[in-house]
Amino acid sequence: MKKTKKVQSPLLDKRSAADIARTKKISLVVSAALVVVLFAALPVVQKVTPDDSMLIPVLKKGVIYSLIAVSMNLLNGFTGLFSLGQAGFMLIGAYTYAILTIPVESRANIYLYYDGGIVQFAIPFMIALVFAGVMAAIFAFLIGLPVLKLKSDYLAIATLGFAEIIRTVIQYDKFGPLTNGSNLLRKFPTQESIVFYFAVVGFCIAIIALLLRSTYGRAFKAIRDDEIAAEAMGINLAHHKRLAFVISSFFAGVGGALLAMYQGTIQAQTFKTSLTYEILLIVVIGGIGSLSGSVIGSFLYVASCEWWLRTLDNEHFIGTFKLPLMRSGFRMVVFSVIIMVVVLFFRRGIMGDKEFSVYRIISYFQNKKAQKAVKEDNANV
Amino acid sequence: MNHRKKYALITAAAALLLVLCTVFCQAAPALTAQQDGETAAAAVNESVTGETVPAEESAGIKKIVNQWLPYIVAGIANGGQYALIAIGYTMVYGILRLINFAHGDIFMCAGLMMVYFSASLNIFISIPLVLILTVLLGFLVERLAYKPLRDAPRMSVMISAIGVSYLLQNLAFYITSGLAKQYPVLPFLSNSVSLGSVQVKMVTIITPILTVILILVLQLLIKKTKIGMAMRAVSFDFETSRLMGVKINSVISMTFIIGSFLAAVGSILFFSAYTTVTPTVGAMPGLKAFVAAVFGGIGSVPGAVIGAFIIGLVENIIKGISNGEYSTFSDAFTFALLIIILVVKPTGLLGEKIKEKV
Repeated sequence: MKKTKKVQSPLLDKRSAADIARTKKISLVVSAALVVVLFAALPVVQKVTPDDSMLIPVLKKGVIYSLIAVSMNLLNGFTGLFSLGQAGFMLIGAYTYAILTIPVESRANIYLYYDGGIVQFAIPFMIALVFAGVMAAIFAFLIGLPVLKLKSDYLAIATLGFAEIIRTVIQYDKFGPLTNGSNLLRKFPTQESIVFYFAVVGFCIAIIALLLRSTYGRAFKAIRDDEIAAEAMGINLAHHKRLAFVISSFFAGVGGALLAMYQGTIQAQTFKTSLTYEILLIVVIGGIGSLSGSVIGSFLYVASCEWWLRTLDNEHFIGTFKLPLMRSGFRMVVFSVIIMVVVLFFRRGIMGDKEFSVYRIISYFQNKKAQKAVKEDNANV
Repeated sequence: MNHRKKYALITAAAALLLVLCTVFCQAAPALTAQQDGETAAAAVNESVTGETVPAEESAGIKKIVNQWLPYIVAGIANGGQYALIAIGYTMVYGILRLINFAHGDIFMCAGLMMVYFSASLNIFISIPLVLILTVLLGFLVERLAYKPLRDAPRMSVMISAIGVSYLLQNLAFYITSGLAKQYPVLPFLSNSVSLGSVQVKMVTIITPILTVILILVLQLLIKKTKIGMAMRAVSFDFETSRLMGVKINSVISMTFIIGSFLAAVGSILFFSAYTTVTPTVGAMPGLKAFVAAVFGGIGSVPGAVIGAFIIGLVENIIKGISNGEYSTFSDAFTFALLIIILVVKPTGLLGEKIKEKV
């Protein structure tokens, strides 16, 4: 009896085919309803929360990080390419967006040292957002030509190196008229509405999810599981790796542009390797190979980093006794210890390689019910 | 057979390294009829030649020397510092097949410890204390963060290394409150000496010498001692040497101990020259040292050293071209070099070939 309790796999589905079909339909409706409720609730939430609350910024940053984490997961988790170049592509996306959208009249003010810069036009921000992705994708294609021939560690280091090169080149004084050198870019259009971020990111993640369910997605997973076997099955390794790399970078670029929108100002300096590490740790916390895990991981990461653990950075007193350790920076120490615990002891992260789906939750309860019924029958006999 | 090959390779590489060092030390001054710019004798020699050569000729020579000598001397010193860090990377990679991303941060921690110890202790107590504690830190990092993952996929260990790096940086940020700390002035090392017409710190001259000595000792250790043999065995075939009764854990710990010790020495040399310690200061030298290790053929100690000296030199020469016009690119160059070497010869200068197994 004890042994049978443990077994709970889809293969032992106790339900009939008709039941399953019905459950699928129900879960589809429920999922759609959840999305609608989310988007209906967001503007209300934004209106209701007071201005000094951290909730809205956390939600915005969290959703942007979700997109970037998902794009990284597409490479690291689904295609098995251990790339650490995400910060570089975000940087390209952010800069493309900013350069293309700064209003012409404020350019002279921003490109102070470069006579107003050489770009003397501005395009609508939605088009610039797409351009940001396209630009990152083009760079990814070019970088991918040499780099994707490399394996595991070497690939990681080479992409890391490229991200650093991109950062230095953008800060180069000679490119100042285009990139404003190492100075800030600002005054580009930003978005206040939280719905906007959720809509864009939701759309992008939906595309990635659909891609992963297509033949391409299955090819990616085959490459991840066994490159040689995948090649033997007729999958064009170079082509698919490049495709994954370019698509991932496209979305990282869009994510970078969104981050620029959220922050209001950007500077190449902030897109360091540690940013890539942050994203990687999010992916690990969420579970390598799970899109919904990455999303959950991002929100948890941003919320605890910016909000929940904030109190650790302040000095606290109990009566006249000053609590030891609590001062600026302590939050990040606690946080990185938590991350290490996850990395060492919960290697599968929150979701492992599973996805959050309404269907699975409903099925779980149905199966449990069926099992209970069977057990009761057995007991009665 | 393979044993012999490896011996030959290591000896050849060590010889090559020495030749390279001397060549580099002499190359630039030799071009301009100068002597080795590294020793005090050379400095004397130079002033002598300076007097004997006719004034007009020596003016042109002097100008070129004045222009390039500081960069070359700094390059060699930098190379030595990178070499000491790179050995930690390359040895760990040779044995665990792990890029120890935390190594640069261990280097940074050694610098920070020095700052704090020297504030209250005598310098001659704090130097050994820093060395011991850095070794302990490296040992602990391995025991706590990498050992539990010994049988996990390689990617997990790498992620763990990144996590450790993140933790150490945040810890350093917490301890220093994010302020840049001034590295203590060490007696002797921080003294200025004049090298021909250039004023340099003593440390720039000592670094390459000390580096070469330490590396020779390390080579002896790897070649002649029992633990060295065990290291070579483990790096040659992890599983088999485990079966043959090599105590894997102690070998790995030893590797980390040596790596951290050299990183600590490197940090003393590095920060005596660059004097400020910030929580992220370890990242760049760490990455460059890693590139050096890859350049020389990862897993090979002499390769790492050669790579480090080349990177240190070229980087500083780039800084010198047309008065620092391209100095922004000195970092970019390192990575460009990495990518070129990875694409053209992924095994590096002295690396072994990796067979692909199905």
